Amino acid sequence: MTKLSRRHFSTAILALGVAAPSLARAQAAAPSEETWEAIKGDIFKDRPILDGAGVVALDAPRRAEDAAIVPIGMKVTLPDGDARQLKSLTLVIDENPAPVAGVFAIGADSGVTAISTRVRVNTYSYVRAVAELSDGKLYGVKAFVKASGGCSAPVSANADAAKATLGQMKFKTFAPAADAQAGAAPEAQIMVRHPQNSGLQLDQLTRLYIPPFFIETLKVMQGDALALSLDGGIAISEDPNIRFNYKPNGAKVFRVEAIDTAKNAFANEWPTEKAVL
Amino acid sequence: MAFDSRRRIGLWAGATRLASVGAALLASGFAFAVDAPAPLPVVEVARGVFVHYGDVALMSEANAGDIANVGFVVGDEAVAVIDTGGSVLVGARLLAAIRAVTPKPIRFVVNTHVHPDHIFGDAAFLGESPIFVGHKNLPRAMEARGQFYLKAFRGLIGDALIAQVKIVPPTLLVEGEADIDLGGRVLTLRAWPAGHTDNDLTVFDKASATLFAGDLLFEGHLPIIDGNLRGFLADLDALRELPAARAIPGHGQIAGDWHKTVEAEKAYFESLAADVRGLLAKGAPIAEAARAAGQREKSRWQLFDDYNPRNAIAAYSELEWE
Repeated sequence: MTKLSRRHFSTAILALGVAAPSLARAQAAAPSEETWEAIKGDIFKDRPILDGAGVVALDAPRRAEDAAIVPIGMKVTLPDGDARQLKSLTLVIDENPAPVAGVFAIGADSGVTAISTRVRVNTYSYVRAVAELSDGKLYGVKAFVKASGGCSAPVSANADAAKATLGQMKFKTFAPAADAQAGAAPEAQIMVRHPQNSGLQLDQLTRLYIPPFFIETLKVMQGDALALSLDGGIAISEDPNIRFNYKPNGAKVFRVEAIDTAKNAFANEWPTEKAVL
Repeated sequence: MAFDSRRRIGLWAGATRLASVGAALLASGFAFAVDAPAPLPVVEVARGVFVHYGDVALMSEANAGDIANVGFVVGDEAVAVIDTGGSVLVGARLLAAIRAVTPKPIRFVVNTHVHPDHIFGDAAFLGESPIFVGHKNLPRAMEARGQFYLKAFRGLIGDALIAQVKIVPPTLLVEGEADIDLGGRVLTLRAWPAGHTDNDLTVFDKASATLFAGDLLFEGHLPIIDGNLRGFLADLDALRELPAARAIPGHGQIAGDWHKTVEAEKAYFESLAADVRGLLAKGAPIAEAARAAGQREKSRWQLFDDYNPRNAIAAYSELEWE
């Protein structure tokens, strides 16, 4: 995909010591653009980001009920007659240790215009969706999310189970709702069992940070055509879950491939017709 | 140390184990306001079994994190503490309450699970050099969450209280069941499969048939899923078979038969699970579950709006794999 910098996935993890004070400050403070101003140039190569109001819709809870599983929806709507297509969607969580939660590359003519997923939000933070269209223009919108503090933590709640089921996948499709407009796109959802360990935990014996362990790339193909791919970071919640709309292209199967940071490869495929709910 | 048989840990075991830890903490500036903190109010629910009931509330600076039930059991020779409250201040007040009752040494501090309202007071007991006891999974959970909790709860209980908190990993780990001996009084510790969390531990005092259920039991306060919903239901089925005359929940106060508390919890979880399964069958997204699932139980519980949405999210993300 990618014109967008991937450096944030790794550099931010190493820069933990730097990130910690800003997390503490963000917890107490009102929304601030300070972090965004500092990171956006790096993430988007200093390309201008236009106001995405009316183009990009970002659905995020104002208060995250569970900091480990914050549902996020992104949807791009272009006016009639606008021939441009969605090329990528980048999800940024300003105050997370690794701000780039994921970069979704969208397959040409795939019909993907909406993606929902679940992320970890470590503290009070802006969440941003930046859409890149086929003419190269970037459109950004933001929402402020208050992570709830509560007893939820952005790590696995059931660590033994997470180990036992690594890499299992589930795929569903959803027909358009009965009351949807004619021609509304069907949706599909891919689920992958993975603990998505942040690597931020300190090993009590070695005093070193446990290496991060998460899905790095995930690709969804409709037949031979790319529907979408994800370059993901540690902010994608345990058991990554991506729901998206698509345009059926007549292919017989959906195929999903995922690779994690330990270079484990997971793949599976599902017949299209049986997948419809 | 981990063990899975019913080995008995005697009084001799803890005397020196943590002396070096305590010394290290003293050397690193471990200090907090100990000028006679007021003893926590406690109730002697059975002979030698004392309970402090925390507020049914969220942790705040005003309540100093005193929202969980904590307690202690006094044997012929020693004391066991069960949970230490949501701040070192609460822990120090619990210690003061113990000292108002008995001068006997505190041999064991049992943490029923990793949540801050139960463990943030641990550091108040380091000077007593007890053996800290937990589920075999507790050290892992403390490693994974400890730093996050210290950051996240700073905003809730304030800088001064959070500065004193130390995450104290247990040195005695329980897998299955284990007994600890207080001299003429044996407590049975039981490590549970993932339910409320993946590190739930209960304490049963045989002498008085009192069960400290930790957060496997909630009375009035909405139960919280931070482990596994179906596991929680299975744990409750096993819990209610225990030969306890009384049970101390992690939150709230049980007036009558504690089995009714189990039934109320199960009714909530089953209602929540049924709603979530219905939404999953319709293809509804997780955000809708957070809004809609479990609402029929709303009038029965305190803190419902604070915890039901995240329970619904936890339930959805578990049951969608069925």
